Amino acid sequence: MIQVNNLSKSYNGTTVLKIDNLEIPKGQSFGLVGNNGAGKTTFFSLILDLIQPSTGHINNNDVQVNTSENWKPFTASFLDESFLIGYLTPEEYFYFIGDLRGQNKADIDALLTKHEEFFNGEILKNKKYLRDLSKGNQKKVGIIATLIGNPEVVILDEPFANLDPTTVNRLKKIIKELAENPDVTILVSSHDLLHTVEVCDRIVALNKGEVVKDIQTSNETLQELETFFAV
Amino acid sequence: MIKKFLYLEWKAFTRSASFGANLAIKILVGFIALYFTLVFLILGIGTFYILKKLHLDPIVTVNKYLIYYFLLDLIIRLLLQKIPVMNIRPLLIFPIKKQTIVHFSLGKTVLSFFNFVHAFFFLPFSIVMIYEGYDVLSVLLWHTAMVSLIYFNNFVNIILGNKDNLFAVFLGITAVFGGLQFYGFFNITDYTAPFFDALFNTYWAFAIPVLLLIGLYYVTFYYFKSNLYLDAGLSSKHDIAKTEDLTWLNQFGTIGTFLKNDIKLIKRNKRSKTTVGMSVMFLFYGLLFFTNGIEAYNNPVMHIFAGIFVSGGFLITFGQFVPSWDSAYYQLMMTQNIPYKGYLSSKWWLMVIATIVSTILASFYLYFGWQIYMTIVVGAIYNIGVNSHLVLLGGAYTKTPINLDSGKGAFGDKKAFNVKTMLVSIPQMALPVLLYWGGSSLANANVGLALVASAGILGFAFKDKAFSLIEKIYKTEKYATIASYKQKS
Repeated sequence: MIQVNNLSKSYNGTTVLKIDNLEIPKGQSFGLVGNNGAGKTTFFSLILDLIQPSTGHINNNDVQVNTSENWKPFTASFLDESFLIGYLTPEEYFYFIGDLRGQNKADIDALLTKHEEFFNGEILKNKKYLRDLSKGNQKKVGIIATLIGNPEVVILDEPFANLDPTTVNRLKKIIKELAENPDVTILVSSHDLLHTVEVCDRIVALNKGEVVKDIQTSNETLQELETFFAV
Repeated sequence: MIKKFLYLEWKAFTRSASFGANLAIKILVGFIALYFTLVFLILGIGTFYILKKLHLDPIVTVNKYLIYYFLLDLIIRLLLQKIPVMNIRPLLIFPIKKQTIVHFSLGKTVLSFFNFVHAFFFLPFSIVMIYEGYDVLSVLLWHTAMVSLIYFNNFVNIILGNKDNLFAVFLGITAVFGGLQFYGFFNITDYTAPFFDALFNTYWAFAIPVLLLIGLYYVTFYYFKSNLYLDAGLSSKHDIAKTEDLTWLNQFGTIGTFLKNDIKLIKRNKRSKTTVGMSVMFLFYGLLFFTNGIEAYNNPVMHIFAGIFVSGGFLITFGQFVPSWDSAYYQLMMTQNIPYKGYLSSKWWLMVIATIVSTILASFYLYFGWQIYMTIVVGAIYNIGVNSHLVLLGGAYTKTPINLDSGKGAFGDKKAFNVKTMLVSIPQMALPVLLYWGGSSLANANVGLALVASAGILGFAFKDKAFSLIEKIYKTEKYATIASYKQKS
């Protein structure tokens, strides 16, 4: 689904990301781990064509992302709060995204009902604009919005950060459910090794912009990763 | 401890955004400050002699109108003077006594420009009085009382806090008193003047404002101290949100989706509301030109200039910041399946609707005759046909993120100034003036108007062409725009 070829990104001569070759097949749930500054967000921003690669390119479903925009209809993402429109209520935000993804109000309502438990009664009909919600609740809105319109590629940057333990478990359930669908490719980044191992089939570790581990998840994976990141 | 605070204040001052502005702006601001200082100084020295010339007793006359002076001062403070609470937040958790924090924050307001500006009036006025042989002690006591009242206002403003619309209440009260006095129904100064006179004529009355000031300082101090919590005095206001469907816009497809969003954007953010308020003011800008108020303005070529502004207030103030209005969530827009055309069309329609509404509202200019109103209508046609495209084009190069929650910056963002945007904006004003001038000097005024109108219609005809060009520029500027919107100002 996603092919990376000779990709690199540098700022003023400092290379922050360098991935020669990486292929993420359709239907995989792909976990990206690494310390601060490892290049996780840079990689996701490159997939979403928010920044330009210094060399190489990324193909998303055979669409080269920095030359064509045809990847947009089937790709959904949530990187940070700058993906939210602060002056809208959560409902209005969902309908807005729905309009852009060709969904009608009933589709959105069905999706929201399905995830009512995830919202924990703190999001909908709460008379608050998105800008006034707490960080965790904002994140919940952003994550559910990526599910609108049955996207084939879902990209979530640090989805577990800022969430309470119950919500983390509910989110894991949602991601696992998505991963069961063979048409949906999920890309998740995290600092938390345990969570990532739990929801992903494959884990890639980045360090200073380079791929240092690429493993299919097994019982030993967590142990292996913990040894790798041990001080 | 105070030394540490002063160090922080100095850093905050030297690193503030306005201080970092370029040299030209600094010089300009310096000139404006100098100008106002001079005006007040001349006022302070001149008042005494002018009143003397009019055969009025200077001190009695000044005392009579002081009530209005202090009321107006309070109104201006309520409107403009900021209360320094937010930068207290990080200090709360450090081992600093709350008392010290509050004393310092209140003490900081003492040094405000809003207090010092009065010194330029009262100081020279008092000195002139002493020079002219008034009793030195009386003058000094009166002056002390005035300073106390100025600081009394300072703390009244603080304790009334950031309550919206309070200034309007005071403005209303002042206007009512002023009106009643003007028409001779009720004269409030009959009741207040004796008090101000007493400040001068007796040796004890000055103690009243001084004691009031001390009392108010302690009230403010204890009020702040007891409210020094994040959920009390230091909390930020949250609006009660209401979900709006605006389903009637659904019939317009993608453009409707964006229009819905833009309407909410304008309604729910301070910055955009300020912008709409400004564009209403533009409606009345033409009065300067058509009423003979300023003689140099009242000629046909300047009229077409006014016509552009009267109908194009919103187009200019809102349009110049497209797409910066969406800067906070620009990354989202760039990852969604959004056709640039739909996005731009929505902004275009918004400007067109606003221009038409402005033109209809401007029909009161008919009072000055058909010719004047036709000038405005022609200006509107040119705005819709040509200027709407030009502001969108200029916007592609405007890379200043907009903070929607802050009303500041609506009066022209210094950083938004760049050469490309300026080049694009020249034809917005210069071209219609040139066309009209050409037409009216070769034939007559109506030919001039027709030329401007046809330029507008021509621009309208090439709308699709213009849009594809603008779209292309937006695409090439995409990465640079995302990068600069990420930088918080």
